Amino acid sequence: MREINYQQALNEALKEEMARDERVFVLGEDIGLIGGNFGITRGLLEEFGSERVLDTPISEDGFVGASLGAAITGMRPVAEVMFSSFMGCCMEQIWNQISKIRYMSGGQVEVPLVIRTVNALGRSTAAQHNERPEAMFMHIPGLKIVTPATPYDAKGLLKASIRDPNPVIFFEQCFLYFTAKGHVPEEDYIVPLGKADVKRRGTDVTIVSYSAMVYKALEAAELLSARGVEAEVVDLRTLSPLDRETLLESVKATGKVVIAEDDCKFGGVGAEVTAIIMEEAFDYLDAPVLRVATRDVPTPFSKPLENHIMPTVDDIVAACGKVAGA
Amino acid sequence: MLRSMLRIRRFEEKAIEVFSEGLMGGVLHTYIGEEAVAVGVCSNLRVDDYVAGTHRGHGHCLAKGAPSDRMLAELMGRKTGLNKGKGGSMHTIDFSKGILGSNGIVGSGIPIVVGAALSAKMRGTDQVAVAFFGDGATNRGSFHEGLNLAALWDLPAIFVCEDNKWAISVPKRRSTKLEDLSVRASSYGMPGVSVDGSDILAVHQAAAAVVARARRGEGPTLLVCDTPRARGHEEGDPQDYRPKDDLEAAKRRDPIEGLKTYMLGAGMLTGDEFEAVDKAIVQEIMEAERFARQSPFPRPEEALDDLFAEVH
Ligand SMILES: Cc1ncc(C[n+]2csc(CCOP(=O)(O)OP(=O)(O)O)c2C)c(N)n1
Repeated sequence: MREINYQQALNEALKEEMARDERVFVLGEDIGLIGGNFGITRGLLEEFGSERVLDTPISEDGFVGASLGAAITGMRPVAEVMFSSFMGCCMEQIWNQISKIRYMSGGQVEVPLVIRTVNALGRSTAAQHNERPEAMFMHIPGLKIVTPATPYDAKGLLKASIRDPNPVIFFEQCFLYFTAKGHVPEEDYIVPLGKADVKRRGTDVTIVSYSAMVYKALEAAELLSARGVEAEVVDLRTLSPLDRETLLESVKATGKVVIAEDDCKFGGVGAEVTAIIMEEAFDYLDAPVLRVATRDVPTPFSKPLENHIMPTVDDIVAACGKVAGA
Repeated sequence: MLRSMLRIRRFEEKAIEVFSEGLMGGVLHTYIGEEAVAVGVCSNLRVDDYVAGTHRGHGHCLAKGAPSDRMLAELMGRKTGLNKGKGGSMHTIDFSKGILGSNGIVGSGIPIVVGAALSAKMRGTDQVAVAFFGDGATNRGSFHEGLNLAALWDLPAIFVCEDNKWAISVPKRRSTKLEDLSVRASSYGMPGVSVDGSDILAVHQAAAAVVARARRGEGPTLLVCDTPRARGHEEGDPQDYRPKDDLEAAKRRDPIEGLKTYMLGAGMLTGDEFEAVDKAIVQEIMEAERFARQSPFPRPEEALDDLFAEVH
């Protein structure tokens, strides 16, 4: 099978879904002529025209709200918010309108809407261009939250998100666009939302992760293996709805858990995952659940500062060593 | 149009009654005094056109054809309510009538209407989409972003500002330097029209022109209707902040009385005919009340339904 990168996988997903369903259209800033800041929409303008590839003015509240209006009246918009830090500018529409309209109307309507955005930790862009806000959105009922790590998952999950009749916030990872390569089928496939994936089998400790941190988790697992500790790496892939079954099955089998995440620790994804494990698998645990996460500060600019707040492979190894007694 | 305005008035009088009995939770914002705007605009719309309302939204929904019985049931939190008791007074939604939702967040319906108009244009229909909002909402970013997008894309959207001069307790002159809000349209490159919003014939006529323009594919318009708020911001609002004469003046501008007087004067209506129309509406609202009162509350577990649509 051919290998492509994460960026190409996402680009293919959009192309294929737009070709498959004429109700699908994309909108956002700079997505037309230059194909988006990271080239995810490259070639769409040439292929589908300016009727279905809408360059918007800088108005996140406006075009994300308009996406909702279009979604509930028969279209399937895919909006791009240039960086996930800018999600604050359209939070009102996401929080009060998009996530609630189906519920508040008593189930009258479907909301087939995707908002794609990108997390960009590790690029020295400082605090206003590299949020990892997925936990904030996870806390809002009525949204699906997707965070792919591999090109295969990126393509399959984006296709599934576009076909889903509910609002999906799709968090891409800027660091992965060009570094993550992998086998991606040319034929049509989807990766269902709400299903985690075991990226590595192991018996001694479970590392729970998602998005770019999956790679650090896998690296940590290799280092641990040399020490005789076999780590299982669970990639959550979708944060909401969260696949409790796969998570708990792994936890019950290993009895030890480390959660590795990109976001700030306090009130984050790991906190929720820990609580689920405590509520549903406490009796299986041989050690306390540990979290490896980013420090609770806005992201600093200078490289040594940025590096200092981000979790490393060694941090994951150390945490696993602690719970697995190695 | 007289019938439609009266229906809104009698509906809300009933709602006030039920609210003061304690049978309605939350807050109740009435549209009393502003009926000519919703009716004047919606009388130019088809069922498949879209509207989005405001927190003061009963008038928009009724004028667009929402059933009064299921609406009252919704206000009373019943299972038979338009939204199965999940929306209430500020969030009445009826997609079957093109009502994309009243909205608890000031100004947030505007981008949604822009999207509905975009979708109509993309699908190649001649539907139009109308956003109603107050003068207070025109200071929000969603207003500016929404109007800019609609103008840029030549969308079949109509932005109807209900300029009642108040945002809760803050008078318009303390939130904008502008007297005539329709001038804002020019900064987006769309026409702005001002009209006496308590004169239903004026609203109807102005709306007819801008709806026709939108339907022809000639783009959006900002229609500003000068309309009085005849009651407090919400029921129970003592209005201590409001000069007495302002309130008195608002009450004197009753759009229903205005139309009635005009029609009687022009020989288009007799006093008896008016009574008969009113009686029929009172009857309808009494039946709606009976329906709502007799309707069961939802089962508590239904609180967990309707979050997501099944993937198909
Ligand atoms: C974004 C937002 N801010 C504040 C409020 C609280 N609030 C509800 S109604 C209102 C006044 C709105 O005034 P206007 O838009 O003129 O409408 P009117 O009530 O006069 O019809 C305010 C401030 C809100 N619901 N939404």
